[in-house]
Amino acid sequence: MSSALMVGIDCSECSDRAIEYAKEQAKISNAKLFVAHVIEWSPFTFSTVQENSERHKRREEELERAHSKIIGPVVDRLKAEGIDVEGLVRHGHVADTLHRLAMENGVTNIILGRQGTSKLKSHVFGSVGSHLVQASECPVTVVP
Amino acid sequence: MSKPRVGITTLICLIASFSAFADMGIDERINLATKPFADAVAGAVFSSFAVAGVQIPFVLVWLIAAAIIFTFYFKFINLRAFKHGFELVRGDYYDPESAGEVTHFQALATALSGTVGLGNIAGVAVAVSLGGPGATFWMILAGFLGMSSKFTECTLGVKYRDELPDGTVSGGPMYYLTKGLAEKGAGFAKLGKLLAVMFAIFCVGGSFGGGNMFQANQSFAQVVNVTGGDTGWLADKGWLFGLIVATLVGLVIMGGIKGIARVTSKIVPFMAVTYVTAGLAIIFMNYSMIPEAIGAIIDGAFTAEGISGGVIGVLFQGFKRAAFSNEAGIGSAAIAHSAVQTNRPVTEGFVALYEPFVDTIVVCTITALVIIITGTWDPSIDPGAGVQLTSTAFESAFSWFPWVLTVAVVLFAFSTMISWSYYGLKAWTFLFGENRFTDITYKLLFLFFVVVGSSMQLGSVIDFSDAMIFAMAFPNLLGCYFLLPVVKKELDEYWADYKSGKLVKTRVS
Repeated sequence: MSSALMVGIDCSECSDRAIEYAKEQAKISNAKLFVAHVIEWSPFTFSTVQENSERHKRREEELERAHSKIIGPVVDRLKAEGIDVEGLVRHGHVADTLHRLAMENGVTNIILGRQGTSKLKSHVFGSVGSHLVQASECPVTVVP
Repeated sequence: MSKPRVGITTLICLIASFSAFADMGIDERINLATKPFADAVAGAVFSSFAVAGVQIPFVLVWLIAAAIIFTFYFKFINLRAFKHGFELVRGDYYDPESAGEVTHFQALATALSGTVGLGNIAGVAVAVSLGGPGATFWMILAGFLGMSSKFTECTLGVKYRDELPDGTVSGGPMYYLTKGLAEKGAGFAKLGKLLAVMFAIFCVGGSFGGGNMFQANQSFAQVVNVTGGDTGWLADKGWLFGLIVATLVGLVIMGGIKGIARVTSKIVPFMAVTYVTAGLAIIFMNYSMIPEAIGAIIDGAFTAEGISGGVIGVLFQGFKRAAFSNEAGIGSAAIAHSAVQTNRPVTEGFVALYEPFVDTIVVCTITALVIIITGTWDPSIDPGAGVQLTSTAFESAFSWFPWVLTVAVVLFAFSTMISWSYYGLKAWTFLFGENRFTDITYKLLFLFFVVVGSSMQLGSVIDFSDAMIFAMAFPNLLGCYFLLPVVKKELDEYWADYKSGKLVKTRVS
């Protein structure tokens, strides 16, 4: 059975546990593993003229930084262990984007760490995990 | 020395040198020194001809004629594209692959925070006190027609923008005047270059005038107003207020401390909503007076009893304040909108339609209605001038509002200054080259004018500010006239795609 899994990561420790879990699952079901990082961004924000003129440049820098510092090391490590892995970086609303990427790539299970980088924020606004669990069209696994 | 260190050191020197003059009458001194120059410049730009006993400046006719001609040339694009513009802002045609880039909403919000400023609050008060309620009608009309000018210049701004190798985007009249006209031939290329230089010079002036001094002046006036008026402690300390504001602006534009700008850009929309809500509240609390107010507006627009200059005078005040407030035809908005991510320039033109709509037809009209309904435009009750008048008008309904208005005014002024410091910087570096020295020189000058503006009297400040802003319209619109067929081509192609359903709607409403 060829299926695909996706693990959504940010920079926290929880991601490490999620990655380990995802790796084991990928080995078991011989699935392709997508490692996705979403840079938090909204189309409806307010900025200065200068920021807008530099936005394209910043976006490229952010993507490059995410690839080299966050996704890159993880993908390399997993590849070394023989996993069929692909790294993805996007801007957007984290939960929505992860879901969209999952749907686009035929992912059958989205794996996340339970707690992101901000404890207070997730208490007030709900965490990415809770959003995805409510709205996803495919199974979501939250790794504590 | 690192960049922020240079900035802070220069600021400290600036402040130290000013405090050397810290004695009574500093405001008076600055005012006396600058008035003759301000008056001379204003006189030149507003050279006028007489119609029915009223002096009409050529430049105003120039602006309105362009707005009318563009409206007809594009067959009332301000109505036709209204719905689609809204869809674009809302993100209905948003391409997920472009996530992280500047969206239509962001470009519009940014441009609006630059244009919604003291013109909407103080400028309207000036119009209604000089021209009576009828000025409101002409102001709304000017806003409606101005949408077509904004459409034209913002489409061109995106089409001819410069995308530098490092990824930054630079757009605006200087670019479409040089590149756009060059496409028409060698003779036009020379004209384009000349117009671009003219525009840049006026833009620098505008960034010191309407985008800076006027904002500083009127926000100071409001702060004085709520802290005791003419007898208060702050009354003659405009230079002090100017220094504080200059420091804050300086921290953003020179110190690279984006945090302040980021905070204000979050608060400004909130304040705008508060202002509009309060205005609407006053209007609906007195809903029985709405028909009377509308009657006064229509009446005043066409009969102009008691207003010097008659109907023409009323029309003049209305058009003048609308043009100053929404900057349609001036060209500054084209700079703000040019960074949007799109490969169909005309889409940004549609989005830009909303700028004069929100700025003039919504916000300015609300201010005008509040002033009319509360009766504060009547000069016999001496309500004050400019922002004071608006404050009095709101105060008559909400006694605490002047404080809220003060916060709103200072924030609007601040965000307008930040935007215009960018426009002026682009113009300055266009003229003098882009390097550290030109960068710092302009920014220091900008901060200097913040202090000057806070110290001058309203009359001279307003004349100079108006003059510089309006002067920008001359090269800008001349270039736009020549480039109209270019915009038409973009529009026709896009409209055909839109109507035939080729464009992908990514969000189902």
